[in-house]
Amino acid sequence: MSEPLLSIRGVETYYGNIIALKGVDMDVHEGEIVTLIGANGAGKSTLMMTIFGNPRARAGSIVYSGTDITQLPTHEIARMRIAQSPEGRRIFPRMTVLENLQMGASIDDFAHFDEDLKRVFGLFPRLEERIDQRGGTLSGGEQQMLAIARALMSRPKMLLLDEPSLGLAPLVVKGIFDAIRELNREGMTVFLVEQNAFHALKLAHRGYVMVNGVITMSGTGKELLESPEVRAAYLEGGHH
Amino acid sequence: MNRDATASAPAIDWVGALKDAFFTTIVLTAILGPFIGLLTVQNMEHKLVLETRWPLLASLVAVVVGGRLLLKLFVWNRPTKTKKAPFALPPEVERVAAPFFIGLLFVFPVVILSTLGAGGSIKWIDNFGIQILIYIMLGWGLNVVVGLAGLLDLGYVAFYAVGAYSYALLAKTFGLSFWMLLPIAGVLAATWGVILGFPVLRLRGDYLAIVTLAFGEIIRLILVNWVDFSNGYAGISGIPRPTLFGIPFTAADNGFAATFGLEFSPIHRTMFLYYVILALALITAFVTLRLRRLPIGRAWEALREDEIACRSLGINTTNTKLTAFATGAMFGGFAGSFFAARQGFISPESFTFMESANILAIVVLGGMGSLWGVVIAAVALVGGFELMREMDFLKLIFGSDFDPTQYRTLLFGFAMVAIMLWKPRGLISTREPTAFLKERKSVSGSLVKEGHG
Repeated sequence: MSEPLLSIRGVETYYGNIIALKGVDMDVHEGEIVTLIGANGAGKSTLMMTIFGNPRARAGSIVYSGTDITQLPTHEIARMRIAQSPEGRRIFPRMTVLENLQMGASIDDFAHFDEDLKRVFGLFPRLEERIDQRGGTLSGGEQQMLAIARALMSRPKMLLLDEPSLGLAPLVVKGIFDAIRELNREGMTVFLVEQNAFHALKLAHRGYVMVNGVITMSGTGKELLESPEVRAAYLEGGHH
Repeated sequence: MNRDATASAPAIDWVGALKDAFFTTIVLTAILGPFIGLLTVQNMEHKLVLETRWPLLASLVAVVVGGRLLLKLFVWNRPTKTKKAPFALPPEVERVAAPFFIGLLFVFPVVILSTLGAGGSIKWIDNFGIQILIYIMLGWGLNVVVGLAGLLDLGYVAFYAVGAYSYALLAKTFGLSFWMLLPIAGVLAATWGVILGFPVLRLRGDYLAIVTLAFGEIIRLILVNWVDFSNGYAGISGIPRPTLFGIPFTAADNGFAATFGLEFSPIHRTMFLYYVILALALITAFVTLRLRRLPIGRAWEALREDEIACRSLGINTTNTKLTAFATGAMFGGFAGSFFAARQGFISPESFTFMESANILAIVVLGGMGSLWGVVIAAVALVGGFELMREMDFLKLIFGSDFDPTQYRTLLFGFAMVAIMLWKPRGLISTREPTAFLKERKSVSGSLVKEGHG
């Protein structure tokens, strides 16, 4: 197999003296959807944030597109065409949808702004209806769409999504996952952190399971869906 | 009951009101009876005797019950108001508001001069016009840091001081003119803004406020204690006044009055200073408005909203914060050098924490990020204080010892509490979006104002 687009090797992250990631290895290849599932507090979001250098990994390496980004400042990592829809969406509440999207395009110098705007509105028509509305007045689902759309405005090669389904109605979640599938079909590499294991594994090509800061299992989405351990821990009693 | 009918003509509930009045009378008599109705006094033999004051009790009860009855009948029974839409000027008014206001500022000294004459108008142009404009400019400068970038700065007066001392010292030492030194003072203040910015890059909220507060005090204490440099508490006097392209405002032969064949009057300089600060303030507003539409201004606002999101979108938050501090400080420096040139004398007394607090109050009361809000708050706070000096007629009521200016802080506090209760986001809390898709502007009008984020 070719060089992975994102390669994580032996990454350890601490909050103060408390270890959150205990040597994580993970690969994401170009064109893949890779999902990371796990319980609350397993370290999923920490891994996502560590890729972006905040908090920084104390050991191990993160290589993206052939460049070691382990020690780069967050904003420079973002400039390497790797975009993130962070946990809790973190849209700019007092700015309008359009202004939020402008912020997403900051890296790109607005050269393709109109074109990209059309693209994200094609993906999320709801945002076009809300274009001059303030971000904070959007519904949860719309805010999630905005967070993804804002990330897309920087024309990334790879998209990191942290729990896009959090707190959303099943129908909305389906819409968002359909959009992710559509993006992937167009060639976007996606790394998806999810608690909603069933949907995530169904969508993803490959998946990893994290427990207490360690990857305990990996495989194709189908393999993990059928694995008894995954079923017992993350799927039964709750999901469909 | 039919709801529409109640809304249009509220029926008066006489029975209920009278019942209420009856119970109020009983309760009130029970409470006030012992306090008001009965009084113990000492008689000639130094013995306590009980006196009754029934008429007084009756009149007090009558006032309260009558008042309550009237309120009940005519005020409290009004239908509850439906939630009002946020205040917004009609678009026609909004379009002409800014030009009208600026025009008003331009003609203000002329109108004052023609109504009050040269003697009487100096006070109004200087104490009201110039003073308020200085604070508007400071408010607009601080607005960049606090309102746009969301960095709570309690030491803004430090940059005002840097600007003032830069002008005073450089003008006295090297004899450079005001117009040469104005940009230099701005650059020096901006440099100090960056110097403050570096150590506080990682701080936010309360911690940032404490460090900036300390910074403001450090600058002031240096000015107080480094006597060789700043002449300490004694301050610097005889600071050169600004000139009009080299023409000084003096009674000399090469002065303004002589050059233009006018009779010399100090009002000329006051008018000139007024227009200088007006121009400086308008430049501040113009630059702020332009910057908001540029990537750097948008980054400031995004930083205020969410710093982590900013970084993950590739915005260098370090540079963004430093430029915000530097830009705000630069305007403070301009205002400071103008202040020094206008006063002719500066001392550390002018740059106490109270000044920082006043400027911050103007920004916060006005509504963070709103230029109009700063104008309204500055006029109310600074103009209000100056007006108190004029209220000599109050001495007739409260006696000749009464000094209205002593109550300034009290009123200031009341204003703060009142605004924070009724308009917790400041007088003007709506934020103008900086970008529209042109064809959608008309559609969006109603959507933008919905709720608040």
